Amino acid sequence: MALDATGSEVARPVAICRGLALPLGLLLLWEVSSHSGLFNPQFLPPLEQVATTAWREWASGEMLSDLLISLRRDLSGFAIGTGFGVAVGLLLGLSPVFDRIFTPWFNGLKQIALLAWIPLISIWFGFDEAAKIVFVALAAAIPVILNTLEGIRLTSRKILEVGDVFKFNRRQLIALVYLPSALPSILTGLHLALIYSWLATIGAEYFMAAGQGIGGLVIAGRERFEMDLVLLGIVVLGLVGFVLDRLANWLEYRLIPWGRS
Amino acid sequence: MTSQWTIGSAIARNGPAVVRTGRLAQTVRWFRRGVVPWLWGLVFPAVLFPIWLAGSHWGWLPEQILPKPADVWGTLLEMLRSGELKAHTGISLLRVVSGFVMGTAAGLSLGAAMGLSRTTDDYVRPLFTAIAQVPALAWIPLAMLLLGIGETLKIVMIAVAACIPIAMNTRAGIRHVPREFVEVGDTFKFSAWQKLRLVVLPGAIPSIFTGLRYGLTHAWIALVSVELVASSEGLGYLLVWGRQMFWLDTVLVAMIVIGLIGFITDTLLAVIEQHLQRWRIDGA
Repeated sequence: MALDATGSEVARPVAICRGLALPLGLLLLWEVSSHSGLFNPQFLPPLEQVATTAWREWASGEMLSDLLISLRRDLSGFAIGTGFGVAVGLLLGLSPVFDRIFTPWFNGLKQIALLAWIPLISIWFGFDEAAKIVFVALAAAIPVILNTLEGIRLTSRKILEVGDVFKFNRRQLIALVYLPSALPSILTGLHLALIYSWLATIGAEYFMAAGQGIGGLVIAGRERFEMDLVLLGIVVLGLVGFVLDRLANWLEYRLIPWGRS
Repeated sequence: MTSQWTIGSAIARNGPAVVRTGRLAQTVRWFRRGVVPWLWGLVFPAVLFPIWLAGSHWGWLPEQILPKPADVWGTLLEMLRSGELKAHTGISLLRVVSGFVMGTAAGLSLGAAMGLSRTTDDYVRPLFTAIAQVPALAWIPLAMLLLGIGETLKIVMIAVAACIPIAMNTRAGIRHVPREFVEVGDTFKFSAWQKLRLVVLPGAIPSIFTGLRYGLTHAWIALVSVELVASSEGLGYLLVWGRQMFWLDTVLVAMIVIGLIGFITDTLLAVIEQHLQRWRIDGA
């Protein structure tokens, strides 16, 4: 079985042809039925109309500015949430007292479906940019806290004994033993955080009074019943999520050479 | 290996555990394992609660932002007594169950088709993977245009959210049944049906179950999202309503119920999953 650089399977030519059959067939069906008048074009706009809308949005620069706004929201929330998450995770992992007091509560918070936080956050922080970033940060923080904690807990006793032999002080122990040993787990947390923070960005843009951003574009499209705009926005949302996930995979692969199998 | 580490840290935390038998020792052990963690867990609320009480008593924050603890408690009791909470929870649960059942049926058949037949897999999987890249949440505005905002929208969104992880894990489970197991089936001259029933399905069940567990979690998240968008009943509706009226106590009560149901289902499924994994032979 052929593998590419990141270890995933290289598709066989037959598989590629077969894989294209269904999507192309569906697109053809779509095109034919939207022209035949079988369906209301409002529900099923012809493909060229979607393409024109895509080009218009892109050429006017609106799409790009919406995309950048969404990404900035996503990444600021991600940065704040993961920074906070790693710090809290370390604290819980290294201090048995904090661990006993707070860990059950973080495990409990994890159970609340992410979107259910939106009403509470919008009561406390309003609907503007700050509230959205707080929500994204919350989404990013929870998996990072739990995975950092897990990584530290699983630090091998043998490695800790080596630290004892070297008479490491507490700071050295954290920097040279705990952190490297917990790194794979922390990176898993960061990866999850990247996925969740994008999900939270979409949620924030959908549910906290539409502003700018790709999510806002979709909501505006829905309100004006512009199917092409809605489709376009959803495709972009999916693509961004996909690219972020791939990027995280690649980084993880780069940063933990010993984790490659 | 994992268990060795956890045992290690448990010893480090609780001190050397001398193996004792007898009634008293058992009570002590039960107290340490069952009660002490709870006591530690109560420290945080024990500190937070007086601050909350004082804060709301002296009005540090407006009441819409921080209601009195007594009000939240009162709202909870009132909603329990009037049956309001039960009604909304029941509606939400019914939606999740019907969506989940549909999603499971779709996910299992799709996953089995992709897992058992290479050709089907080649045809269907690229499109499926592409669709799965878009989070269920993102589809909601499109689904609202196509399906309206009624019950259909909710059930379909929940079903879609549940279907994706179930299909992926069912496929993976069937694909990863160790070749040796299938060879054993060949040796016994099993028919295709026997191989499916006696070799492939039992081998795939743990993975399928993992898919079901993710599916249920996703279904629950999808429920909250659709109920936030468009609903006149259900737990998500309580959240939206509470926010509009600035009744933080209602919002908090709804969040607690959502968290509790999430916790209960997750724990239950984790226990069943562990049970299903138990027989596994680590030879693959």
